[in-house]
Amino acid sequence: MTAASQTAVLTRRNLLHVWTDPQQLVGMTIQPLMFLLLFVYVFGGAIAGSSRSYIQFVLPGLVVQGVGFWAMQTAIGLNTDFQRGLVDRFRSLPIARSSVVAGRIVADVLRTGWGTVITVAAGMAFGFRLHTSAGGAAAAFGLVLAWGFALSWLMAFLGVSLRSAETVQTAGFLLVMPLGFASSVFAPASSMPGWLQAFVKVNPVTVVTDATRGLMIGGPVARPLLASAAWIAGITVVSWALTLRSYRARV
Amino acid sequence: MTRAAIWVDGLTKSFGSSRVLDGIGFEAAEGTVLGLLGPNGAGKTTAVRILCTLLRPDAGRAEVLGRDVVAEPQRVRSVIGLTGQYAAVDDVLSARENLYMIGRLLGVGRRAARRRAGELLAAFGLEPDAARAVKTYSGGMRRRLDLAASLVGEPRVLFLDEPTTGLDVASRGQLWDLIEGLAEAGTTVLLTTQYLEEADRLAGRVVVIDHGHVVAEGSPAELKERSGGQIIEVRPARREDMTAVTRVLSAVTGAASITERDTVAVPAADPALLGAAVSRLGTERIAISQIGLRLPSLDEAFLRLTGSPAERSTR
Repeated sequence: MTAASQTAVLTRRNLLHVWTDPQQLVGMTIQPLMFLLLFVYVFGGAIAGSSRSYIQFVLPGLVVQGVGFWAMQTAIGLNTDFQRGLVDRFRSLPIARSSVVAGRIVADVLRTGWGTVITVAAGMAFGFRLHTSAGGAAAAFGLVLAWGFALSWLMAFLGVSLRSAETVQTAGFLLVMPLGFASSVFAPASSMPGWLQAFVKVNPVTVVTDATRGLMIGGPVARPLLASAAWIAGITVVSWALTLRSYRARV
Repeated sequence: MTRAAIWVDGLTKSFGSSRVLDGIGFEAAEGTVLGLLGPNGAGKTTAVRILCTLLRPDAGRAEVLGRDVVAEPQRVRSVIGLTGQYAAVDDVLSARENLYMIGRLLGVGRRAARRRAGELLAAFGLEPDAARAVKTYSGGMRRRLDLAASLVGEPRVLFLDEPTTGLDVASRGQLWDLIEGLAEAGTTVLLTTQYLEEADRLAGRVVVIDHGHVVAEGSPAELKERSGGQIIEVRPARREDMTAVTRVLSAVTGAASITERDTVAVPAADPALLGAAVSRLGTERIAISQIGLRLPSLDEAFLRLTGSPAERSTR
């Protein structure tokens, strides 16, 4: 009960940053819009014949891939709090130690929700249409949030275990970029050379993208959804354990 | 039962192969101010971090108000406040939001947390800037906010780790006044500092540590006496007179002098020796460009308290 309310206080604090630091708000809003417009109008014609049909294909994946970038804030935020001595301040208070990381992750999952809503709303303004039910859309939203939760834990591990802010940025970027692009987000796996297909097919970004796509525009859902759940659970549990270990060891 | 508010015994801590604390022990009675004095790297911060439950000792014991820092960290945290070397406040938030957040974390209700934040802002002269993001603050304002942040929970024992390092004279004075006020109100304070002057002004008792050992302990007055009181410093007009000045000062004070570039310094047990030195230099017709009395610097005090390599080099 108290750990929950302490987490709520720290979540509020992390979200307040978004409002007081306009740079963050602009970044969280402009970045998904920029990706959407660039990919749909620069590559759409070449990949899918027209930007209109490409936006149908790419939008669900764009959200899943965007989650990786949004989750990087977990790593950066935690690392900054350590760097500035703020974690020392929190740890010298009689509060649950877990609330520092938990407050960060809850805030970042909420930010993921915001980024998703912005991306989908912009997509619809540019011609994206849902082809499934409201239930499908709601399930897709839930899946994206769960994916954001798992990635936030992974990023929390980077933020706690790596020392300098630059290393955290680089490591996060090196993780997010190849996984995001070597996936089924921007082009179907079947269009890629065999050796790459082997990687793309097991890439969790592909798995979650396929499930989200199925829930939003139709297609196979059950198999990718099951695989997504396994990946999300696996990433969360392993990262959670690693984060906890690093958090305790860090002095 | 009058158990010490802070009690430390045989505390040892190593980082890798370097032993930062080597069986350190001291105590502070409730309601007193203890100064932990030492040069950079002496182990001051490590001792404070152990007492604040941020670090586990390798060996030895430490208690705050009878609560063991290793066995009962949460009970220790509920009675302490910590202000670190660098201001650990949220840069992006305002001062008011920072204090409100800590109040809420401590389980204070919304309204009471707002009120407590307001009280502290007023008491620390931060009211006019309370709504501004902390990153726009000056160094002195940040330190005051940091101190205010450690007081939200009304701690009975306050740890101040070099609270005025890097501050200008005016901000330092402001902070000293605030700390003095807290001590008068009965808060037990452990203060680490590199400044003899700061310990002198604030602390009733001082523990001097160096290389993880306690090297001296006592009231500031006792320590100053032991470190040789004031110092007569003379700069001869001509460099050739350095040896003559050294000889005269040693003869007048009966103490070994320290030569540094173009000045000679010697501890003076009695300030009146300055007059004797001036007249003796006059009779010997040694031209002087500067002569005066000053307090020993921390370095000089240390050299004396720690068995002094300086004395060895001048003999």
